[in-house]
Amino acid sequence: MSSSLVVSTKLDLQAHPVDEVGIRERVARLATRSIKKASKVEGLKLALSMVDLTTLEGADTPGKVRQLCTKAIHLHSGRKDLPMVAAVCVYPTMVRIAREALQGTPIQVAAVATAFPSGMNPLAVKLEDTRYAVAEGAHEIDMVISRGDFLRGDYGRVANEIEQVKEACGKAHLKVILETGELGTLDRVRLASDIAMQSGADFIKTSTGKIQPAATPEVVLVMLQAISDFYRKTGKRIGMKPAGGIANAKAALNVLIMVREVLGPAWLTPSLFRIGASKLPNDMLMQLEKERTGVYQGLDYFSND
Amino acid sequence: MTETNISTKGSDWGYAPAPESADHFKLKEKYGLFIGGKFVPAGSGKQFATTNPANEKTLAQIADAGEKDVDKAVKAARTAYEKVWRKMSGRERGKYLYRIARIIQERARELAVVESMDGGKPIRESRDVDIPLAAAHFFYHAGWADKLAYAFPGKSAGPIGVAGQIIPWNFPLLMVAWKVAPALACGNTVVLKPAETTPLTALLFAEICQEAGLPDGVFNCITGAGSTGAALVKHPGLDKVAFTGSTEVGKAIQKSLAGRSTKLTLELGGKAANIIFEDAAIDQAVEGIINGIFFNQGHVCCAGSRLLVQESVEQEVVEKLKARMEHLIVGDPLDKNTDIGAINSKAQYERIRDYLKVGQDEGAELFQTKCPVPEKGYWVRPSFFTKVAQSHRIVQEEIFGPVLAIQSFRTLDEALEKANNTPYGLSGGVWTDKGAKIFKVTRGIKAGVIWANTFNKFDPSSPFGGYKESGYGREGGRHGLRPYVELS
Repeated sequence: MSSSLVVSTKLDLQAHPVDEVGIRERVARLATRSIKKASKVEGLKLALSMVDLTTLEGADTPGKVRQLCTKAIHLHSGRKDLPMVAAVCVYPTMVRIAREALQGTPIQVAAVATAFPSGMNPLAVKLEDTRYAVAEGAHEIDMVISRGDFLRGDYGRVANEIEQVKEACGKAHLKVILETGELGTLDRVRLASDIAMQSGADFIKTSTGKIQPAATPEVVLVMLQAISDFYRKTGKRIGMKPAGGIANAKAALNVLIMVREVLGPAWLTPSLFRIGASKLPNDMLMQLEKERTGVYQGLDYFSND
Repeated sequence: MTETNISTKGSDWGYAPAPESADHFKLKEKYGLFIGGKFVPAGSGKQFATTNPANEKTLAQIADAGEKDVDKAVKAARTAYEKVWRKMSGRERGKYLYRIARIIQERARELAVVESMDGGKPIRESRDVDIPLAAAHFFYHAGWADKLAYAFPGKSAGPIGVAGQIIPWNFPLLMVAWKVAPALACGNTVVLKPAETTPLTALLFAEICQEAGLPDGVFNCITGAGSTGAALVKHPGLDKVAFTGSTEVGKAIQKSLAGRSTKLTLELGGKAANIIFEDAAIDQAVEGIINGIFFNQGHVCCAGSRLLVQESVEQEVVEKLKARMEHLIVGDPLDKNTDIGAINSKAQYERIRDYLKVGQDEGAELFQTKCPVPEKGYWVRPSFFTKVAQSHRIVQEEIFGPVLAIQSFRTLDEALEKANNTPYGLSGGVWTDKGAKIFKVTRGIKAGVIWANTFNKFDPSSPFGGYKESGYGREGGRHGLRPYVELS
């Protein structure tokens, strides 16, 4: 470790080799699980309750954020049997607006911080970014790791940054975004997951949504296995959040199948599993409406927020 | 959560039944013998029932061939050989094989469902493995039919004559393909005897041959039990016998053919070592164990039935294996979510149960998963034994069921010694992140097929077969053509 910073955790950098071919085969086999009828309806509702409904655009306005919050509470007009989503995810300057709009609901407000999405800022700025978001009322902070430091092999610095951001979070929950699309190999995805969990992450998260590929099933599986190993060693349950790339209802159900078979039912809760998405809920709603009415409805019947 | 209350309770969300429908085809009430291009009843008029091992219901009545029927079939094959098939150009033979391959693909759904109903294997496997591979074997060998001169450079490859082929019940249609495709491609004609518990897809294959317009008598199918097979082997009109099945029967065939010029290839039992080193990708290795021993209910001659795991990761591997096994769904073979189907027959079910008892009596520790199994039918929960010794019967003998024996090792040499300390030599597996170790292990194990960081992978272009008591001769690839040609 070449870091000049003090690392308080003793990093365990034991290699956990990942076999890419094996991962792809496991993904393919998990995808053959057939989810139908009652199981599909229940699965989709569960998945909806785990969504971090997200808007992360430079063009975001208070109006758009309020609209998104309304959607978070009422997913589809006329249906009372749907859950609320788990959280709304916004930029720090929008946290206050989201908090107001979600007052009285259990929906969390998550803020991306630490110079999201690139992380290309000094640590001091990242910490200030985090403190600001928390002060504005964020329940959850989605930080990005410094991919440059990580790819350079400066794991100590990556770990130290996560620890300091965690401290800056105070009571807020910390999700650590690995931005797997920039890591290159599944071995690195595994190592970054291990470092993030050891450094205080409450959740590990695949991507910012700004880089492709994002939450591929292969990457999700590797991260779930890392979480499983961490639990086996420490007894601590770390959460998982795939973001970006979960394009439709089928993909969302496939991810739930993975969670169920790799981590078990204890992880099938919004407190340990989230899906970061903006457009995904409408496809799930469309499937739910199809199960209810027997026919597919046009996209115009679902609100774009 | 810190401030508000989000649900922290896990969900018991699971999978609803997703059965593949069986109403898109109709099985006949009874099937005759397929001799000289026609379905004919057995001379004796005798029939036996083939049942669905998942619910013990009869699927159809099957003609029981006696010696006279065998004789008729061999003669039909001889006539077809002399009059048509041996004279036909390789290119023309190839056309028939391509046609058969395409019809298998067209009827894939029906064949998959029948395979699962007759044999008990999960539809996921018959749909994704058995049937596509069977078609692939015909496509592959269709390609060789007019290129045999290139398979054996400098020599001229001619057919042998009439081949008697006896196949097992674990991969019924796939074994038809492994046997029939190379024989036909090389210009031989065939009398096939499928297993008595799983004759249906072989009979559907006979229909496919009719549909493809294959000349009468090139492919003949006689159904029956062991005595039918024995009558076939004894028939003096055979130029070649190919057998896949148990070592015991293989030895009996070998004796029966002693002193005759009939050529023989045997593909017999196995007790493969699946070796996991501490530097392996453990999660993927665990998946490899699952594929190695629980594929097709463990009814696989090349199954990875002995797990050798390096002691430093033994505990981790066993813990992860247990957790993974708890997700294996045992039940209705036609349900798309089923991982482990029904044990093929009552006899095999009892045999596996005996071994489960033998293992415990010998002092090994049995683990079985808690999954529910249906009341009717033959089911064995995925199982493994720990605390087993090399001398235990469950380590030495082939169980042919979803039962794994786990042993640990310290050094590579110890692993190799244990792996080779068996009368069998069919397959093996090695799991490590180090390329050099892969070569060391694969060179050190005496087995026909050794998989590295994967298991139970098959391809028509890759030769398959054993050493020692696992038999001799190869099927698949250029090597697999050799037993069906006369070189001059």
